[in-house]
Amino acid sequence: MSLLQVKNLTVSYGSAQALFDVSLQVDAGEVTALMGRNGMGKTTTVRAICRMMSSAGVLTFAGQDLHRLPSHRVARLGVGLVPEGRRCFRDLTVEENLIAASRRGDWTVRTIGQLFPRLSERLTQRSASLSGGEQQMLAIGRALMTNPDLLILDEATEGLAPIIRQEIWAALVRIKSETGTAILIIDKSLKELSAISDTAVILERGATVWSGSMDALSADVSERYLGV
Amino acid sequence: MIREGVINWAILLGLVALPLWAVFADEIFTITLTTRVVILALAAVGLNIALGIGGMVSFGHAAFFGLGGYAMGILAYHAQTYAALDFGIVEIEGTKSMPVIWLVATAISALAAWLIGLLSLRTTGVYFIMITLAFGQMFYYFAISWGAYGGEDGLSIYVRNGFPGLNTLVPIQFFGLCFVALCVALILQWRLRGSSFGLTLNAARQTPERVETVGLNPMKLKLLAFVISGAITGLAGALFADLNRFVSPAMFSWQLSGELIILIIIGGVGRLMGPVIGAMIFVALEHWLGGLTDFWHVYLGAILLFIVLFSRGGVIGFLTGKEGPHV
Repeated sequence: MSLLQVKNLTVSYGSAQALFDVSLQVDAGEVTALMGRNGMGKTTTVRAICRMMSSAGVLTFAGQDLHRLPSHRVARLGVGLVPEGRRCFRDLTVEENLIAASRRGDWTVRTIGQLFPRLSERLTQRSASLSGGEQQMLAIGRALMTNPDLLILDEATEGLAPIIRQEIWAALVRIKSETGTAILIIDKSLKELSAISDTAVILERGATVWSGSMDALSADVSERYLGV
Repeated sequence: MIREGVINWAILLGLVALPLWAVFADEIFTITLTTRVVILALAAVGLNIALGIGGMVSFGHAAFFGLGGYAMGILAYHAQTYAALDFGIVEIEGTKSMPVIWLVATAISALAAWLIGLLSLRTTGVYFIMITLAFGQMFYYFAISWGAYGGEDGLSIYVRNGFPGLNTLVPIQFFGLCFVALCVALILQWRLRGSSFGLTLNAARQTPERVETVGLNPMKLKLLAFVISGAITGLAGALFADLNRFVSPAMFSWQLSGELIILIIIGGVGRLMGPVIGAMIFVALEHWLGGLTDFWHVYLGAILLFIVLFSRGGVIGFLTGKEGPHV
């Protein structure tokens, strides 16, 4: 049974329907890339999965119907979200940001520091004073501190310097190989996504138009739906 | 610039030194005045937990202050008249014991804060301010119309309530009690702020949605903080009523809620000793300028204006050169 099961998901913003028929699944220990051009419904899908907006369709995590749960209960169930944008808790230090999210498990302030050495050097620094890349690392660290079974990353490397992007991709590879945490990742970098992902789902105008193994993603499909 | 820790200790020592000096100088009124500072500071420490850490701008905290005051007034009134409190199915004797009164005052205030918080925390911003103000005014008008306990005229208590081992009629001893209560509340605020609960509450103030994504319910966090806040302010109300040996609907008034907010802004929102220095400045102005002119609030307004415009960290922020966490 899949860890996350999304079937025929529909979402509307008032009278405007944003998602029509989104289906995807993420298995335990697997990395799934959620792709598509801007405005195709990727973030809306993630927000619906995390119950940050109401939706219809099948939405289960570890066999539990997420429709019955509020957002914070979904997170407690084991869904860690790194939301789009990198707004950390500005008034808190790096360490306090991590402690605030902390739940029992293997991820601790120390192990996050090992994953992102830059953060371990700035534990007492207020997060508002971090660079964009460091804030993004903190956002990932904060989500990991909840010790999730599924980590969702929404544009985690957007707008960052190449060297920081490399560090974040390297960290994600470590998370996958060392912890077996399932990952659902939205990103525009097909090259890095191909290297880390097992499966891929492509959204076009609020609907799933392609899904399958990352290896099976042909140049023709990439060209048609992603423009690359 | 001065370190905040140094300022905090200086404020505390000053607060102790002044009444001790007054004992030797036989300036009894100064002790009473300092006790008033301590009690108002205690009430503002309560509000500071909600406002400073949780970002809840409650314009109805006088409700808890008044409830604490009336809890004291009603229990003491029944003790002095030897008439039991009749709840229909059960009768309860009044009491002149401060510990019992404090327990009842904090419990009732906490319960009221829980009920008010349950309803008002569903809103944010100006709506939250208005709904808390409305609750405060509801209590105010209820107290005015409550003839059994003095209505608009209030209720006088002839003898100050007692505390085991102390003579509370001696001003310095009563000051000591209030000061200990303030210190306990300050330690609670300090520990709370650094605790996991305080951190998540602070985070919920900044971005509630982000807090939900890490598995926490911001509503529950804020409600708990609001209840703790209300309970502390209620205890301050009971002490205030004992200080004056009088309770009146004015304890529920929106002006008092506003004054508590002003104390915190003057001292520094979210600062540990912000409410204390705010209360010191407020009572000093009220006493000295109030003796010179009826329009002393104008000067208070000018100070508030200066702080809001030039030192958003309050007096403590001004002295430390750090605006502090809530800017």
